[in-house]
Amino acid sequence: MLVAFGSLITQILHVALILAAAPVIVGVVRWLKARLMGRRGPHLLQPWRDLLKLLRKRPVLAESASLVSSVAPYLAFGATALAAALIPSFAQGMLLAPMADLVLIGGLLALARVALALNGHDAGTPFGGMGAAREMTFAVFAEPALLVCVMVFAVLAGGSNIDAIGAALREGAMGMRVSLLFAGLALVGVMLAENARIPVDNPATHLELTMVHEAMLLEASGRHLAVWEMQAALKLTLWFALLAAIFLPFGTAPAGSGPLAWAIGLGLWVVKMALLAFGLAFFESAVAKMRVFRVPDFLGAALLLALLAAALIFVSTGLA
Amino acid sequence: MGFGQLPYDVAHVLGGAMLLVSFVLLYQRRTAALVNALALQGVLLAAAAVWQGYVQGAPQLYATGLIALAAKGIAIPLFLRRMMQSRMPDRAVEPAQSIGLSMLGGVLLVALAILVVLPATTGARALAREDLAMALSIVLLGLLTMITRRSALGQVAGLMTLENGLVLGAVGVAGMPLVIELSTAGLVLVVIVIAGFFARLLRERFDSLDTDMLHTHRGEGR
Amino acid sequence: MLTLLGLCFLALLGLAVWGGSGRMPRAMFLGCAACMAGLGLAGGLALAGGELPPTPLPIGPPWAPSLIALDALSAWFLLILALVGLPASLFAAASPPPPAPVARAEGAAFPLFLAGMAAVIVAADGFSLLLGFEAMSLASWGLIAARHPRGPGRRTARLYLGFAIFSGLCLIAGFALLAPAGLGFAAIRTAPPEGWRAGMVLVLVLLGAGSKIGLAPFHVWLPLAHPAAATPASALMSGAMVKVALYVMLRMLMDLSGPAQPLWWGLPLVAVGAATALIGALRANLEQDIKAALACSTLENMGLMVVGLGLALVFRGADLRPLAALALGAVLLHALNHAGFKSLLFLCAGAVASLAGSRDPDRLGGLIHRMPWVAGCAMLGAASAAALPPFSGFASEWLLLQSLIQGWRVAEMSVQLLAAATLAVAGMAIGLAAAAMVRFLGLVFLGRPRTPMAAGARDATGLMRAALLIPAAASALLAVLAAPMLALGGGAIRVLLGANAHAPVTGFDLVLGEVGARYAPWAVAGLLALAVVLIAFAVRRRSKLEPTRGPAWDGGFMPPPAHLPFGDPLSQVSAAGLGQPIRRSLGAIALGIVERHEVAPPGSALPAALRVEAEDRGFTHVLQPLTRLRRTLSREAELLRNLTLRVYLSISFGTLVVLLALVALLERG
Repeated sequence: MLVAFGSLITQILHVALILAAAPVIVGVVRWLKARLMGRRGPHLLQPWRDLLKLLRKRPVLAESASLVSSVAPYLAFGATALAAALIPSFAQGMLLAPMADLVLIGGLLALARVALALNGHDAGTPFGGMGAAREMTFAVFAEPALLVCVMVFAVLAGGSNIDAIGAALREGAMGMRVSLLFAGLALVGVMLAENARIPVDNPATHLELTMVHEAMLLEASGRHLAVWEMQAALKLTLWFALLAAIFLPFGTAPAGSGPLAWAIGLGLWVVKMALLAFGLAFFESAVAKMRVFRVPDFLGAALLLALLAAALIFVSTGLA
Repeated sequence: MGFGQLPYDVAHVLGGAMLLVSFVLLYQRRTAALVNALALQGVLLAAAAVWQGYVQGAPQLYATGLIALAAKGIAIPLFLRRMMQSRMPDRAVEPAQSIGLSMLGGVLLVALAILVVLPATTGARALAREDLAMALSIVLLGLLTMITRRSALGQVAGLMTLENGLVLGAVGVAGMPLVIELSTAGLVLVVIVIAGFFARLLRERFDSLDTDMLHTHRGEGR
Repeated sequence: MLTLLGLCFLALLGLAVWGGSGRMPRAMFLGCAACMAGLGLAGGLALAGGELPPTPLPIGPPWAPSLIALDALSAWFLLILALVGLPASLFAAASPPPPAPVARAEGAAFPLFLAGMAAVIVAADGFSLLLGFEAMSLASWGLIAARHPRGPGRRTARLYLGFAIFSGLCLIAGFALLAPAGLGFAAIRTAPPEGWRAGMVLVLVLLGAGSKIGLAPFHVWLPLAHPAAATPASALMSGAMVKVALYVMLRMLMDLSGPAQPLWWGLPLVAVGAATALIGALRANLEQDIKAALACSTLENMGLMVVGLGLALVFRGADLRPLAALALGAVLLHALNHAGFKSLLFLCAGAVASLAGSRDPDRLGGLIHRMPWVAGCAMLGAASAAALPPFSGFASEWLLLQSLIQGWRVAEMSVQLLAAATLAVAGMAIGLAAAAMVRFLGLVFLGRPRTPMAAGARDATGLMRAALLIPAAASALLAVLAAPMLALGGGAIRVLLGANAHAPVTGFDLVLGEVGARYAPWAVAGLLALAVVLIAFAVRRRSKLEPTRGPAWDGGFMPPPAHLPFGDPLSQVSAAGLGQPIRRSLGAIALGIVERHEVAPPGSALPAALRVEAEDRGFTHVLQPLTRLRRTLSREAELLRNLTLRVYLSISFGTLVVLLALVALLERG
């Protein structure tokens, strides 16, 4: 009973935490990038201020837009929020942990992506359609890479449940594994593509011909744009949390532990997020955006790395 | 020795990193980055050799590591870079085949190496078996690089990858005498110098590093 | 039970005679719908426990009476047939009848087609099964040929007939090898094939049933033939006929060939299925005809099902029964789900074609404003086809992906590597299917109308709307109730895997027993709805202003002038443009593509043009193999004399690799 209550509490706290943290993490990445480039950088809470301001504005819908433009943002945000709620942050064994299957998380992200692409098509403008086509093409390469990584983790942990994977990697003496290194690189590649970061897409671009993610949001305004921005921030947080849960699992409070362990887990989670944010900001400052038609090569390399990781993990399990 | 033990893990990660760099060598198009990757691979090889020397308690492997570091990590990349700066404009090294295809071929080769080595070495220590699998993969990737690259520098990169794979396999096996390692390393050093010379000759003769230029000089023509 | 089946069959035969007379076609099609409902009822009853043991009929070939039986496997596929047949018949009744000779031919062929498919499913001996299979093939050929008395459509019909005859011959030979003791299924089961005979059966079934399913490289006819018929017939061919061929494959490979077949039996199925899935999904993104794109998506789904079937064989051979049950559950559930959403999508496409006047996406657009019902149904179907949770396709593809992920449990390195590669290909195919569905929805239903015809379209009404709502409701139900439905089909898994196998189901969840993976569709649907409602509520509390309408911002471009009421049609993305990123990055896998960029000479006012010609590699690689072989052989000798340095290197390298592969092979065996 107590355990069930604890799992409910952690779940609620977790959802509140990621919702509050998502825009802040975007703010941190922007601030770090600005500092790395020698600028002062915006305030860390600037994304939150932008969101609240956007919410106050009156949305304008295109004359050719249909119900899709008004429904898709909420659907995409809902799917992303559900996926984010499944990925453990500071504690394991949350209420929804039995459902936290990585394939399902991939599916929920696909649902959000399709909602975004349909939103791009809805007004019948060329940039929206172009962005939608590119977004779906990138996903064609990102999804198999994610799935093969899931297979690698499943070999280590038995199944594809992220809670179980995190627990297995934290407690089991996995050591440093080459396959984990490869799978990690592959997942980072997928993360960059999914979140429309450099070198796949530029989150700060205003040139319509080169953009992918923003191109689908050109017609969104007011609260719809606010929801889309929040969804993108939440997706970045989700991917950070996913990477942390798998590759930096130490310190997370195990299932059934008390508030003290939660506090430690929370502190460590903040540190992990900061580390990942710094890594992303550094990487984005160091590399240039690639041409759109090079992106399949980039993601294909991620896929091949994942396959390599799978091949190596078969070797080591075959030996053990 | 198995997973979760430090000797195994470090050797494993070093071998895996070398394999990763071989893939970089396979697809990287820019010459500067290519030379950097070659240097990185040499350093990794040196680290792997030193680590094996420490684990096996074989001091001669330290020497191997030092040779690798000095020759492959420092000397050859420096030489290549100097040659590049003085003799060659900083232009892209275009692979003959598409990147995706050669990468796919690379992964297939790794799978093949694993399928060959594992049954052939039943009974050996787990570390040696996996190291051998990786070493063979790196050798095959080197060959593939040599085939898919058009430029002389790319072929040098392939040759060095191949040789690095050989040395990695040699240091992984306990009790291999020093002489052979030194001779292997020395031999390949000579080969590389020849390759460098060859590239230089080509450039002076034909003003290009493209081996395809040689075809018309085989006697019969096309 | 027997009475119900007999009545349905007799009624269908009677309806074929009636349809041939050409009188009152609408009532005839309604009769077909009633027969389908009857067959579905029979299937449901049999699944609930009322199975029909093998029963001799008073008719049959001279040497033995025909046998019919309804075990759980047959009942499951009968349900699938009914799920497609009922809405298709209703849709046929709702569509305007074609000119008289066409109507007569279709009226005769349609019920025969249904009867043939049902006969294959309920047959309990080889003879009746083959008879039904041939009836099905010929009737479906009739449905295509009736619409196309001449022209390219006729050539398509001829191509289809050729493949149908080929698959029939292969299946006849397969049964001949299976049944030295007698054609009854019980007799075959007592003496399962062994050795080379078993291998031949595998090859023949792969060729026979496989070419009917559209497995690569025998897939070329399917995207041509399925859309060539009238919409209800297309829906039947794409939703049900391929499933009947899958049933034949399941029956012959898993049931009649006995449980003692080796592990490697599954491997060719896995490889071929993965290739088919990838090619189909790829082509679905490149077709210029919405029905052809849907037919290509059928290829993708059937490929995935065949992968599952192959995995089930592998797991059974490796003695991993629970995983075999998992893979088989994925196949069965996906067959049912696909029947639901594919018939729905085909009927939506048919409604669009008849009410908006075109199947070319470049002549449609913005139909969601004019046809909200059809658009809603199409979105539901597309979401299922794109494998998005919580819609129906996701549940079965989740099972399939899980069984691929669990492929590492087979203690055989080559199988593990194949599983990983197949997982990557399957993931790619699923991603491509999502892209194809977005393209379909975006071009047809969203955006602005591209022609006045599309701007003046009407919504489906009456019987046609009912025909769309039946599979839509079924898909929605299947999405939430996937687990209980699969539990109902547990009998079919027991038929194929033995009495102690059971479906991977606990209560309302899909669960992998010892692995601990779980998918609870009801919970996902509920939580998703809850999240969306909460978010909308929270956002609306802070943001109270109602939206206004204005011209699209469109990156700053001017709104269109008054004489272009829908804007400039060219400023929307076209079908080819939407497929372009995929064509450029992956197209060469399935298609030989020639792109020509024609630039106008200086001073000319002609627009520049990009011409893309694509031909399926199946044509170039399978249908013209002999000429190619001859030409290559003659040129080969010439080429060997005059190779470049690098090619010589690659030849020796290739030899080395082949030798290593040989070593690997010898060491294992």
